[in-house]
Amino acid sequence: MASENLAITWRRIPERYRLLGSRCENCKSNYFPARKFCPKCRRKGKISQRQFSGKGRIYSFTEVSAGPAGFELETPYILAIVELEEGPRLTAQIVGARPSEISIGEEVEAVFRKIMEDSPEGLIHYGYKFRLAKRGQASF
Amino acid sequence: MRKVAIVGVGMTKFGEEWSRGYRDMLIEAGSRALADCNLHGEEIDAIYVGTMAPGSLVGQEHTGALVADFMGLTPVPATRVEAACASGGAALRTGYLAVASGAHDCVVVGGVEKMTDTPGNEVASALGGAGDQEWELFMGASFPAIYALMARRHMLEHGTTEEQMAQVAVKNHSNASKNKFAHFQNEITIETVMKSKYISSPLKLFDCSPITDGAAAVVLMPLEKAKRYSQMPIEILASAQASDALALHSRESLTSLRATQVAAKKAYEMAGLKPADIDVAEVHDCFTIAEIMAIEDLGFFEKGKGGKAVEEGKTAIGGEIAVNTSGGLKGCGHPVGATGVKQAVEVVWQLRGQAEGRQVNGAKIGLTHNVGGSGATAVVHIMKRAD
Repeated sequence: MASENLAITWRRIPERYRLLGSRCENCKSNYFPARKFCPKCRRKGKISQRQFSGKGRIYSFTEVSAGPAGFELETPYILAIVELEEGPRLTAQIVGARPSEISIGEEVEAVFRKIMEDSPEGLIHYGYKFRLAKRGQASF
Repeated sequence: MRKVAIVGVGMTKFGEEWSRGYRDMLIEAGSRALADCNLHGEEIDAIYVGTMAPGSLVGQEHTGALVADFMGLTPVPATRVEAACASGGAALRTGYLAVASGAHDCVVVGGVEKMTDTPGNEVASALGGAGDQEWELFMGASFPAIYALMARRHMLEHGTTEEQMAQVAVKNHSNASKNKFAHFQNEITIETVMKSKYISSPLKLFDCSPITDGAAAVVLMPLEKAKRYSQMPIEILASAQASDALALHSRESLTSLRATQVAAKKAYEMAGLKPADIDVAEVHDCFTIAEIMAIEDLGFFEKGKGGKAVEEGKTAIGGEIAVNTSGGLKGCGHPVGATGVKQAVEVVWQLRGQAEGRQVNGAKIGLTHNVGGSGATAVVHIMKRAD
């Protein structure tokens, strides 16, 4: 993938490390990743910060056998769209489970993991992945 | 707004074209389109080039000026248009608007991508930029993965099967085998698809469009002037475009593309036509599931009935509506920026009756549908013969 420099990674720490997103106080919609503008209310919107619990359900999933550059070492991996209990959906890997154990609707929880590294001597990028909730307690 | 017609079309052979580079292909397609309507060059007022990622793929930006330069057309203004895989369609729409508005009288629209000079995983990363780089690609979401997430939901919500998706590939290879410009020249069987390895489950290798080199070009003029240059000008009855969230996870539905539905509705209104009036359609089948969703979102079939329609042969040449007679992205190949323009070239050939072994008998109205990313852009054009 396009190499992410230090500043990009640093800017995304609140979202990627702590699942901090946003909420529109006008229409009560939650957003992840964070938005500075509510697409429903636009100028009438009132955006505030929102901490997400990291609990959710699998909305869709796939086992990726040919990944983009930077993910060679962990291929194959399971990628999912997770619907958080607060409403928003996000894209993340599911770890610690075989594809046969995954199904739509399964409860999952966020865990903090290494996502990828730019190169053997490059930046290591961290962020959220998810695991099946029945496997343990949420670590966020 | 003035009425606009396509007077000339041309394209290169699509495929792994190692002997030709980015500029060679664009110039070949452009000169074929000019020759098709007997233009010499001095008539041209503007050039628009649809191209997605030449910076990542071949290290070249500023490709509008590049084509003006190597076509020998300087100082004609030349502008690059980018909307990921819908770059070609967006360039066509930009050219259409320029002529319709009266700003320009003769516009050349090209589309091009040179993809096979670059290693596969780097191509996957460049294409991944059509989605949300920070929140999809960063998490390992390749494009096959994003469409696989849609396919999985479509299977759950509508009972679509892997065999129905495979039928899209079989049909499009069959059409491609009758198109000398197509990347793939061979027919395949459903077993070929079903036995191919998973790229991103439930999508297999043969559910995916290939990495292809190629270029296509069309020449646009006001309709009243078009007959001087072409015996069979093709009028653009409608041009419509819509946007949606960049990331798939931010959209309400994973099983339809709202941008397609909105653009299609506008296009039908503009043309005064309905889905049943379309005889031939080139739709954006970057993956087999994408064609099933497209024929539903464009209104050819009810939502959830697309897979069944393909299975029953309703989208084959000779069926209810011929879809992707060129072979589509799957069979003809998908040089991303070229695709939207190539779709117009194929529809023009069909409406002129020049589509050789894949001709749809009596085709009068054609539609093109070009998608950027996983549906964040959709461009729809409707055309008919104007002679």
